[in-house]
Amino acid sequence: MSKTHLELTGVEMAFDTPKGPFVALDNVNLKIQKGEFVSLIGHSGCGKSTVLNIVAGLLQASKGGCVLNGHEVNSPGPERAVVFQNHALMPWLTVYENVELAVRQVFRKSMNRKERRDWITHNLELVNMAHAANKRPGEISGGMAQRVGIARALAMKPSVLLMDEPFGALDALTRAHLQDSLMEIQQELNNTVIMITHDVDEAVLLSDRIIMMTNGPAATVGEDLHIDLPRPRNRVALADDAKYVHYRQEVLSFLYEKQRKLESLSSRRAASASTQGGESAKVEKEKQPASA
Amino acid sequence: MAARSRNFLARLSPNELVAAGKEALLPLIGILVFLGFWHLAAPQVQTSLGAFPGPAQVWEQAGQLWQEHANQRERASQFIAMQEQRNARILADNPDAEVRIRSYPGAPTFIDQIGTSLVTVLSGFALATLIAVPLGIVFGLNRYFQAAVNPLIQIFKPVSPLAWLPLVTMVVSATYVSDDPMFQKSFLTSMITVTLCSLWPTLINTSVGVAAVNPDLLNVSKVLKLSFWTHVRKVVLPSSVPMIFTGLRVSLGIAWMVLIAAEMLAQSPGLGKFVWDEFQNGSSQSLSRIMVAVLAIGFIGFLLDRVMLLIQKKVAWNE
Repeated sequence: MSKTHLELTGVEMAFDTPKGPFVALDNVNLKIQKGEFVSLIGHSGCGKSTVLNIVAGLLQASKGGCVLNGHEVNSPGPERAVVFQNHALMPWLTVYENVELAVRQVFRKSMNRKERRDWITHNLELVNMAHAANKRPGEISGGMAQRVGIARALAMKPSVLLMDEPFGALDALTRAHLQDSLMEIQQELNNTVIMITHDVDEAVLLSDRIIMMTNGPAATVGEDLHIDLPRPRNRVALADDAKYVHYRQEVLSFLYEKQRKLESLSSRRAASASTQGGESAKVEKEKQPASA
Repeated sequence: MAARSRNFLARLSPNELVAAGKEALLPLIGILVFLGFWHLAAPQVQTSLGAFPGPAQVWEQAGQLWQEHANQRERASQFIAMQEQRNARILADNPDAEVRIRSYPGAPTFIDQIGTSLVTVLSGFALATLIAVPLGIVFGLNRYFQAAVNPLIQIFKPVSPLAWLPLVTMVVSATYVSDDPMFQKSFLTSMITVTLCSLWPTLINTSVGVAAVNPDLLNVSKVLKLSFWTHVRKVVLPSSVPMIFTGLRVSLGIAWMVLIAAEMLAQSPGLGKFVWDEFQNGSSQSLSRIMVAVLAIGFIGFLLDRVMLLIQKKVAWNE
């Protein structure tokens, strides 16, 4: 591992609310090496998406900042391509045209027409979607659409690939299939990836590092776990692997023991019944800006 | 063609035949019941111009109006032919002579009036679209602009065409002064009135459609760093096309309704003027002829909407 590729320093994110500023993130520090696959995991509402949006440039940190390749991140750009949870393909464009929109924008000057066409086709083949090039997003399944979303992001040749719960909206079998595809692609391209996930197995299976975030408000990096498993990884073989089981157990213990949500279902009911509302109201409130 | 349709019928199962029959039969029954009711009720209504016309009289007048149109056409072509002969003779006698070419001076027929009305409504609607779609995009993109202009839209939207008409007439008379006018003033007055009344639904729907673009797609646009124009062309506009078309269809319906009223009041050529002239004429056939116009107006309005629907299906991605 060489020098730092992406660095978050002292990031604080405060949202203005009618009741005054709400601090979602507090003092988030993170260094990511080139080619690292990093997962961000934490309970919903802990500000994972906010971190990703700050790296993407879609949100501006209130304090601190993000430096990529020695340049400060101030606005969105294709060198930080985002894969959205619900594919975010233009429904009026075909699969090919969706990727083309990105490729034409990014490589307008550096590639001629034929090179661009080959590059688009190459990326669609990478995610096994070349056969559906002329279909509209409405005509293919959610898993296929998400593949195209990934192809579009990869086609931008990003310095860092940002994935916001990319497989969260898919059924378990499709998700497993896409995770395997993503691992193959990652093996080939060795991209720097930041992925947000809820899924412990997904995090351990895919990542080189898992960043566990504390509960909000004022969420920050809780633990930083290096996953030292050889690649290529096989989900079936790993299921029985002692190291894998150990990593999995560590994440689970962080999420469900150290950072257990303070309100259980019954206490939440009690909280909403009582006039104070307290903690649960705060958590609910944070969800809004975090998912924005 | 006939063989193919017989083939087609033969391929349908009995159930499908019944379903197809029902689909065609029920509207037919509705129309027949209406005609029967009309036939029985009309003679009961006595007016100063005689009994209210039933379907039979109206049908007869429809034929009559068509006949008048055909006669007029024939006379017009005779007039043109004679004029050409005369001019040819004059030119043969004296090659330097100036020949006058006049158009046929006869009164416009019912069919001509329909044509005039269609041209007027489509011009007014086209002008309204050219104004409303770009403005709607601007309003939809800019929340502050929208907030500033919204009260104006809410106030002007419900205004009846009849209220605009005198103002439009005066303004057109005062500003459109030309020795060789390209358009008649009456045409401009009706057209502008149509535009003023019909641009609102398109304007409102466009701005709502533009403001409601999926936030994920807006983020994609930001990540790609699309320029403002590319963003509007590639993301905003296609995304709001379904809403824009909903607005356009409502607008065209309003435009057609407004036009008839405007033509009646402004005495500009068209179906509205036809109705008004027949009303003033007050002959025993007038009511039947007005009824022909009423049915024609309804039918044309229906056709206009169908045409818009067809265009929508061609253009919109969600159809």
